Amino acid sequence: MRNSLIIIKKQLKDTLRNKTVLIQFILFPVMTLIMENAIRIDGMPEFFFTKLFSVMYIGMAPLTSVASIISEEKEKNTLRVLTMANVRPWQYLLGVGLYVWSICMLGAGVMATGLPRGDVPFYLSVMAIGFAISVLAGACIGIYSRNQMTATSLVMPVMLIFAFCPMLAMFNSSIEKVARFLYTQQLRSIMDNMTFRGMRTADIFILFINAMVMVFLFFITFRKKGLE
Amino acid sequence: MICCKGVCKSFSEKQVLSGIDFDINSGEIFGLLGPSGAGKTTLIKILTGQLSSDKGSVSVFDKEVSSLSGEDKKSIGIMMDQFGVYERLSCRDNLKIFADIYGVPHDRIRDTLEQVGLKDAEYRSAANLSKGMRARLALARVFMHSPKLIFLDEPTGGLDPQTMRQIHRIILEKKEKGCTVFLTTHNMEEAYKLCDRVALLNEGVIVEHGAPEDICRKYNHQKTIKMHFSSGEDIQMPHSPESAERISRLLSEGRIETIHSSEPTLETVFLELTGRKLEEDE
Repeated sequence: MRNSLIIIKKQLKDTLRNKTVLIQFILFPVMTLIMENAIRIDGMPEFFFTKLFSVMYIGMAPLTSVASIISEEKEKNTLRVLTMANVRPWQYLLGVGLYVWSICMLGAGVMATGLPRGDVPFYLSVMAIGFAISVLAGACIGIYSRNQMTATSLVMPVMLIFAFCPMLAMFNSSIEKVARFLYTQQLRSIMDNMTFRGMRTADIFILFINAMVMVFLFFITFRKKGLE
Repeated sequence: MICCKGVCKSFSEKQVLSGIDFDINSGEIFGLLGPSGAGKTTLIKILTGQLSSDKGSVSVFDKEVSSLSGEDKKSIGIMMDQFGVYERLSCRDNLKIFADIYGVPHDRIRDTLEQVGLKDAEYRSAANLSKGMRARLALARVFMHSPKLIFLDEPTGGLDPQTMRQIHRIILEKKEKGCTVFLTTHNMEEAYKLCDRVALLNEGVIVEHGAPEDICRKYNHQKTIKMHFSSGEDIQMPHSPESAERISRLLSEGRIETIHSSEPTLETVFLELTGRKLEEDE
């Protein structure tokens, strides 16, 4: 655990100087604050931008940042240096995963500032679940990719599916039929109601299956590729 | 300190190492010489546990590499050919990460940077360092926790002569403090200057090993003496009583400016044994 904390500390310093990753973390919280305060349209659902950007935040930030961090470390050989210094792969992955999850939760905290106080714990727990699944997806891509270029080319389509399908599903029922099998779409539905009440067993099952698929893919990728 | 017995390794169908045997004693600098693609990096990866061998055994600190404990691993420092520094972090922050991992007090960071001549660059980001400075930063990371055994994979590859000299000085200082050093290189001058013993590796096979001077003497087939006269003339003489008499006379007459024995270099020995040059791919 000590080594994981060292990785978190290292990552914090590195992110402050890494604009590509930093922008992933602050883009949606800042956009949410601006849009919620600047745009008022009659008939627009309550907290429309908060909910919309929250789902996009879940589908983009953890996925791209985890994949980018791991693949960069592989490409620059720093990951090998860490493992040779007796940092175990699980300690490294736990450090990076926890770091990205925590920073995203901070971002979610910022996005939640406009919500009624009573909804905030519910909102944050939904975000926490979404971030955890996305972190796993990002780790799969990072572990699989040899370098950042491969990671980017894999992240793009995955990110587009997870982040944009829920948004497009609002305008197109055909897309909605497909998107409902994604965790991001399910989380969007939950956030719309701001309660777990009224959730169907099928929806919970879809969420659970999404999480299990990510866990399975993570272990398969890690077993096959390791951190080499 | 290190014992390597019958190590073989192949990738797909290609045999990269075959029957590698050597021992490294505590406190010595052992050099593995070979051209690019000879299998040097593969061997260093096997010795450091990053790869496993197909056959044979490798022990470090009298233990199988695979069974080294965390504490044993903390007594090892490794510098691979890619330096692996965090470019966005300062030199200090780069070392701080590893100081925390190894449990080294932070006040040693400045001393370590001073040892490698990077004291003035302590707060500079690694991205703004020259290649030579990055190499020294990577060396500082290797030495910071005072390991007993150090692996250096081409530590001076592609560096300017001044940085090379600085790195050589640091390595020799560590040896004086009792460190055992295993280094790979294709620079025969470096090997001759630094190493107590060397092994010449070609296509995965050790073709010769021993002290550099002994190897050069062993392959001194010509046994000639080269002289440069003050008149500008150069001549070579065989080892013989007649030559000795003539050299003695020429020396007493003050006509000889320089006089050298003609042992081969490690480069020429390697060429003789393999038909390849050590730096043919460079």
